[in-house]
Amino acid sequence: MDLDPVLLARLQFAFTVSFHIIFPGFTIGLSAYIATVLVLWRLTGRAHYNRLARFWTKIFAVSFAMGVVSGIVLSYQFGTNWSRFSVVTGNVIGPAIAYEVLTAFFLEATFLGVLLFGWNRVPPWLHVTAAVAVAVGTLISAFWILSANSWMHTPAGHEMRDGIAYPVDWFAIIFNPSFPYRLAHMANAAYLTTSFVVLAVGARYLLAGRHHAEARTMLRMGVGFAAIAAPLQLVIGDLHGLNTLAHQPIKVAAMEAHWDGSKPADFHIFAWPDEEAGTNRFAISVPRGASLVLTHDPNGLFPGLASVPPQERPPVKTVFFAFRIMLAIGFAMIAASLYGVWLWWRGRLFETRWFLRLAARGWWTGFVAIIAGWVVTESGRQPWVAHGILRTADAISPVAAASVATTLALFVVGYGIVFAMGIYYINRLIHRGPTGEAVEAPQRGTPTRPVSAAHDSGREAIERG
Amino acid sequence: MEWDLPLIWAAVIGFAVVMYVILDGFDLGIGILFPFAREERERDQMMNTVAPFWDGNETWLVLGGGGLWVAFPQAYAIIMPAFYLPVILMLLGLIFRGVAFEFRWVAVTSRGWWNLAFAAGSTLAAFCQGVILGGLIEGIRVENGAFAGGSFDWLTPFAVACGLGVIAGYALLGATWLVMKTEGSVAARGRAQAKWLILAVLGFMAIVSLWTPLASERIAQRWFSTPNILFLWPVPLVTALTAFLAWRWLEAGRDIPPFLAAIALFLLGYAGLVISVFPYLVPPSLTIWDTAAAPESQAFVLIGTIPLVPLIIGYIVFVYWLFRGKLREGEGYH
Ligand code: HDD
Ligand code: HEM
Ligand code: HEM
Repeated sequence: MDLDPVLLARLQFAFTVSFHIIFPGFTIGLSAYIATVLVLWRLTGRAHYNRLARFWTKIFAVSFAMGVVSGIVLSYQFGTNWSRFSVVTGNVIGPAIAYEVLTAFFLEATFLGVLLFGWNRVPPWLHVTAAVAVAVGTLISAFWILSANSWMHTPAGHEMRDGIAYPVDWFAIIFNPSFPYRLAHMANAAYLTTSFVVLAVGARYLLAGRHHAEARTMLRMGVGFAAIAAPLQLVIGDLHGLNTLAHQPIKVAAMEAHWDGSKPADFHIFAWPDEEAGTNRFAISVPRGASLVLTHDPNGLFPGLASVPPQERPPVKTVFFAFRIMLAIGFAMIAASLYGVWLWWRGRLFETRWFLRLAARGWWTGFVAIIAGWVVTESGRQPWVAHGILRTADAISPVAAASVATTLALFVVGYGIVFAMGIYYINRLIHRGPTGEAVEAPQRGTPTRPVSAAHDSGREAIERG
Repeated sequence: MEWDLPLIWAAVIGFAVVMYVILDGFDLGIGILFPFAREERERDQMMNTVAPFWDGNETWLVLGGGGLWVAFPQAYAIIMPAFYLPVILMLLGLIFRGVAFEFRWVAVTSRGWWNLAFAAGSTLAAFCQGVILGGLIEGIRVENGAFAGGSFDWLTPFAVACGLGVIAGYALLGATWLVMKTEGSVAARGRAQAKWLILAVLGFMAIVSLWTPLASERIAQRWFSTPNILFLWPVPLVTALTAFLAWRWLEAGRDIPPFLAAIALFLLGYAGLVISVFPYLVPPSLTIWDTAAAPESQAFVLIGTIPLVPLIIGYIVFVYWLFRGKLREGEGYH
């Protein structure tokens, strides 16, 4: 059997980066949540805010540590698996990624330690400041990496010489056309994901009749924030789609499975895109829906997949279905959060048990939507790795397929073990609830990095659980 | 005056590598020595001595690797594929030993497995780093600016010798670290092991120092031509002297000097390497200037790096100072 090195390299990258994004998706939102409850605690002086912050900080420590470990692997993969990509685009997006790593160091060397280990050891105002700084810091991290990623979709501010990209205008590179939308959509996605996790934990405690004060706060904050962020996500997503239509029309055609650009496009609620025949089967559609959304005119036209030869098209099914998964979750989140706010307004939020049960089970929705969204974006860019500059097939390293296959298998097994243990930890911590102390301070001094805090949280979860 | 940006970046990355090798070296060394401890409480104690540090130590690996990509993308794109398997095995080794720090404490029935993961992960990571080093010295086959060799080109007797040499070297750092940081049976065993390890390290250094000039005309030229030899002859001499002093200090029951001497041995080995290889980043064909990123890119990142490095160093000094002194048995930092 012949192994395709490009496919294997793509699979390997997709696996490791999808694994990685789970953790930033959570830590960006969670750090903001922790900062919020700490600020509330300072403003109101109510103790349960403090207990909540301590509780979530432990979970934050475990997630952050797993984000760091999986992120290190990614940065090496640019060299091991995508060496041509590194050469061609390194001048332009290397700096953005370097700044992400530097931001991370800066954070870890300063405010993170104070946030994790500073309880009772630094004055409260400093501790709260550190929490806010960590929340802002994770956003800055996302800023840089998403800038690099957006440049791959909508390159700008560079010039090509001998097939290699050189920077011309840093501002245009960093703030390339799709970047503002991607940053807003991803940051909001992280906040939304976290609100649903917080909501789920609050619902779980209420159902079990434990930690009443904390559970009610979590429920109110989760529902309230989601009711703002979920509709907002629809608006940002819509704008993001319009921007994509301007720069990567074929990606949008794949998202809508729109083949023939000479006719207005339907919005397919379901369909089975047949890539050989260039049509959709079993389509259930809203006539002219996609044209209405994307051109604000039911008769509006936009390019179809048939306007480019098949080898220029992204994998239609992947993009199409991933997009529908994200949309379905997005609309479900809007519905759930608005209904929750309505219950709250009627004073029944804490009594409606079916809603609590649903909420308690829905913690994973944001993560799935995030991964689905990234699959839309990244698969939709195919066959390019940097749009119009370098094709994915030309971006790989001169490495034998068997090596890539072997290491892919090792990653799957290794990450499987680590991930299972991490989830086990977090689940135990949630099971124990917001009692007890913060991340236990070491007897002397401060350990250097967050993994050490994860270590203590994990041990506590097991020992006292 | 034009700044020689590639040279500055080479210095930054070179510094990150030195920091990495010394700092992560001693905690990987603890992992390498792990199987030789007799009892579980000794292993607890060994692990406790490095628990607050190891994570920060690994930071330098990211700075070195990331720096290489930004500053020398061409070199990154040749070195990483050339050492594909050792690089990824090293990363996996580091992940497993990293999580073993956490999971070993909570595991009740599977403790033995996490002991194994810690020891094997550390040893594997050290071996892979040595192999990469050896492979780099031997040179990489490059055609049209890209790696042109096979998956197992790196697997040569010389590279394997370097891999074993690095294992011995890290174990030496680890053993002298234990002498410095512990008391009782762990410290005594560290003292005994350190002596053997000094001999092993000297042996491997001798192999590498004789092998490279014999194998490479360029390296022989660098060391033995006049006037270079006039400046360079003290390097091996100082190395021998340092090893001798380390041995004496171990015998004399001193606690801190052996660790410092082990670090000095590493620095000397590193200096020898730089003398042999500089200014090549991808020996034998590409220099730091051949592989440099666009000057705009190098400058852009340097602006952020320069203020940050002293900050990180300051923090590290602070942490080591907080955790200074010996760790008694049964005592942990947690
Ligand atoms: C700065 C760069 C960068 C960033 C921030 C991301 N990606 Fe990406 N992604 C790549 C750079 C890249 C890449 C190296 O360029 C790949 C490899 C092949 C390709 O076309 O793009 C890729 C491929 C790729 C694929 C395979 C697509 C295909 O080949 O069909 C998936 C599923 C993802 N990525 C998912 C993600 C997720 C979940 C991300 C969230 C963190 C993400 N990407 C961020
Ligand atoms: C594929 C591209 C990516 C690469 C190469 C990458 C690289 C890294 C690395 C090396 C780390 C660990 C840094 C450390 O040593 O502490 C890390 C952590 C992190 N990454 Fe990524 N990452 C990628 C994608 C993303 C994306 C898309 C986001 C967010 C939208 C993101 C946000 C974060 C955050 C929040 C952390 C943890 C906090 C931190 O250390 O800064 N990353 N990433
Ligand atoms: C409900 C309405 C939503 C719409 C209309 C929408 C729209 C979009 C579009 C058009 C893209 C592709 C961007 C591109 O062309 O590259 C995208 C990507 C993405 N979506 Fe959504 N989305 C919605 C909901 C969500 C939700 C609920 C989440 C997660 C909680 C989410 C997370 C993401 C992520 C992480 C990406 C990839 C990053 C990016 O390119 O921004 N989306 N979304």
